[in-house]
Amino acid sequence: MATKLKRMASSTRSSFITYGMVIVAYAVMEALLSGGLLTSSLKGMLVPICAYVVMAVSLNLTVGIMGELSLGHAGFMSVGAFTAVIAAAALGSTVAGPVRLAASMAVGGVAAGLVSLIVVVPVLRLQGDYLAIVTLAFGEIIKNIINCVYVGLDGAGIHFGMKDAAALGLEADGKMLLQGPMGAVGIPKLSTLTAGFILMMLTLAVVLNFVHSRSGRAVMALRDNRIAAESVGISPTRYKMMAFVTSAVLAGLAGGLYAMNFSSILAKKFDFNTSILILVFVVLGGMGNIRGSIIAAAALTVLPELLRQFADYRMLVYAIVLILVMLFTNNPACKALFARFKFGSSARKEAV
Amino acid sequence: MTILSNLISGISLGSIYAIIALGYTMVYGIAKMLNFAHGDVIMVGGYLCFCTTAYLGWSPLPAVLLAIVGCTVLGIVVERLAYKPLRSAPSLAVLITAIGVSYFLQNAALLLWGSDPKVFPTFFNFSGKSGVALFGGQLNITYVAMITVAACLVIMLVLTMFTGHTKMGKAMRAVSEDKGAAQLMGIDVNFTISMTFAIGSGLAAIAGVLLCSTYPTLMPTTGSMPGIKAFTAAVFGGIGSIPGALLGGLLLGVIEIFARAYVSTQLSDAIVFTVLILVLLVKPSGLLGRLVREKV
Amino acid sequence: MFSKLVPIPSGAMIPDRDADKSPILECINLGVTFGGLKAVENFNLTIGRTEIAGLIGPNGAGKTTVFNLLTKVYQPTKGTILLDGKDTHGMNTIQVNRAGVARTFQNIRLFTNLSVEDNVKGGMNNAMHYNMWSGIFRLPGFWKEERVAHERAMELLSIFDMQDMASARAGSLPYGAQRRLEIVRALATNPGLLLLDEPAAGMNPSETAELMENIRKIRDTFQIAVLLIEHDMKLVMNICEGICVLNFGQIIAKGSPEDIQSNPTVIEAYLGKKKEA
Repeated sequence: MATKLKRMASSTRSSFITYGMVIVAYAVMEALLSGGLLTSSLKGMLVPICAYVVMAVSLNLTVGIMGELSLGHAGFMSVGAFTAVIAAAALGSTVAGPVRLAASMAVGGVAAGLVSLIVVVPVLRLQGDYLAIVTLAFGEIIKNIINCVYVGLDGAGIHFGMKDAAALGLEADGKMLLQGPMGAVGIPKLSTLTAGFILMMLTLAVVLNFVHSRSGRAVMALRDNRIAAESVGISPTRYKMMAFVTSAVLAGLAGGLYAMNFSSILAKKFDFNTSILILVFVVLGGMGNIRGSIIAAAALTVLPELLRQFADYRMLVYAIVLILVMLFTNNPACKALFARFKFGSSARKEAV
Repeated sequence: MTILSNLISGISLGSIYAIIALGYTMVYGIAKMLNFAHGDVIMVGGYLCFCTTAYLGWSPLPAVLLAIVGCTVLGIVVERLAYKPLRSAPSLAVLITAIGVSYFLQNAALLLWGSDPKVFPTFFNFSGKSGVALFGGQLNITYVAMITVAACLVIMLVLTMFTGHTKMGKAMRAVSEDKGAAQLMGIDVNFTISMTFAIGSGLAAIAGVLLCSTYPTLMPTTGSMPGIKAFTAAVFGGIGSIPGALLGGLLLGVIEIFARAYVSTQLSDAIVFTVLILVLLVKPSGLLGRLVREKV
Repeated sequence: MFSKLVPIPSGAMIPDRDADKSPILECINLGVTFGGLKAVENFNLTIGRTEIAGLIGPNGAGKTTVFNLLTKVYQPTKGTILLDGKDTHGMNTIQVNRAGVARTFQNIRLFTNLSVEDNVKGGMNNAMHYNMWSGIFRLPGFWKEERVAHERAMELLSIFDMQDMASARAGSLPYGAQRRLEIVRALATNPGLLLLDEPAAGMNPSETAELMENIRKIRDTFQIAVLLIEHDMKLVMNICEGICVLNFGQIIAKGSPEDIQSNPTVIEAYLGKKKEA
């Protein structure tokens, strides 16, 4: 009995540390924000950091927990972003800010989930690099399509078109929401740090609870040894779909939050480079390590700011830092050193 | 007649993709890594060529040769510094490092040459004309297109002969099958892998020159999209397979041009990638790839 | 001791105590062909409900292939498999496991990054019913089923005295412990037939003796049938009630340990033909 409590406590203890870390960070940021102590650039980064944290955690669900490389995660963020913008416009300014934000984000999340049901079909049939390529392809397809879509809102409702703004036939008081290659304009800036915080906590709860449940076990079993998992009756289709769609919905929510932090966004922003950026967060933070993803996402988003002193050389230094960190963390000598620190307690429990 | 014209454009573009895809596929076969920095080596090749002709006034041939040499050296240096230490690391770690190298190259280019697009010099105008007019002017085949396709075929032939019949080529194939066993057989694995990167980067330089000759705008991000498309082509044709890279590249180029011409310019990328997904659904290991079955 | 005994293929070798119960497994003319190669052919075997049976033969004889056929890793190209009287034609690996067949693997296949306990719980996945939402929102069903699963996992681990290792990472276990964990995981799926692929590989004599005891204990406790592939003849002859000998994909002998030991065809298969003087 005592061993049971000790064991359950270790994973829940770890989760509480993660939640606590986010809560403390939020409290500190909120305090700095209301005290006016933050630079304007840092202020503008708060919501994007929350969005990227959620993106990293959700991608970790696919890459770390499910064990499949996804190179198109930004595509789901994109779907969520633009759908949320349309929903926000449709709801109108009469709806209270937070409610409007939450509802629009939810619509974005659902839309991303629906799109993921299409993407998951080839994903389930392919493995390894071929699966990665397909996710990359979908990311590009989504970007390309959104770049060609025109959406307008008027008294009669929402109009969709692929040709140009005029073809929509909007009424005189109508508003263009999405203008093809020019992206979405006139977005209500509804996102707040508090909303970001709530989304992060929700994401953590969903992902951590998923991982520490039988669905999470099944997904990880499939990752570690698919043939053995099938031999004990675990269905790859079912559990991979669960993980993948959940990951996509969370990405969609993050997209909605991100979009409504700006007055305009372009589909180009959610391209392969963004997908790769988030993948870097996940790998640096540790595959399957949720807390690591949070720290990496926050740190690497802030890093270019901190490198401001390097002016034009900023991104170059960022690239060099990235390469050096990868070389460092994978050096056998350093790994042995880390292992002694990290697995100090669990190493004792390991069987001799 | 427009169909033929489009077909030629498609094959020409596809040849460029094929040459780039070759670099990806060879490196993947040997080092089992996806070298995301490959697309940016193309860009470097383009800039090297541009600089020597525009700023130093060199003539085309030495400029191209310098670009090839420069990229080859770059490839070897990058491999030694960034990839070799990670040979035993999980493949995802090397992938991220390659991304770091890609960021580095793009930003270095940005610093060195600025973000304003450069116009690539025309190399392939012979006797004052850019191409050959057939059928009384109805069909125009540019010299660039002809040279591109010719270059692609020559490269493919040379590489096939190289990997099939030379000692180095056999060493490359051995290392891609089983690195440990190859080493035990006395093959210098480090040298073989460096050589593969060198060849791949040299090819990237050639692809860069041809790409910029066909589409003369040059920016630090020029290599990015063709890199992604060529990577797609390599997987499409079956990653690790040289004929697969050729087939994948050519098909991708043709599909892209035809989609642009007959369906929609804006949606051409979406169409290309959709075709890719459909093909992979039917052939999960690519057109010419081998499905490796796990032994139970 | 046996009601029926036939030295050449077809027929059953069921112990008396199971004679009045329906057999757990009946393979009728089972075969699989890969390209031109007949990996397994004319495989006929019947196993009693609580029998411990052995499948032996030289390397490459097709023993693991038989296991792969039974668990539908390969689909048979010929013949029928009746599991508890039910035809498993068209089933896949997952369905066959639900129907009551569990296995271990020749090359250990554990969930290396999961803990020992989670490996066992992985086997119990189909016995648990709470859905993803219950897990995410931590509804009462989650807590109840997880508690039950934990208790049962500990119970199963105690067969091999492995409760203390419950939170260790499966990949860090020593080889013997990993093999034992695979057996526990297979048992967690509540099978009627347990397929063990070389369970004693890499074990020393005392470990093997312990394994023999444990296999008997498993059979007696859970009242299930066990079919094992083994090269360790001491283990096979000691605990198997019926033995089936395979060579080049075909059955060359079937019967009790004594019959098999004195069967000239079997001896020839293992040791080669006696050289003419």
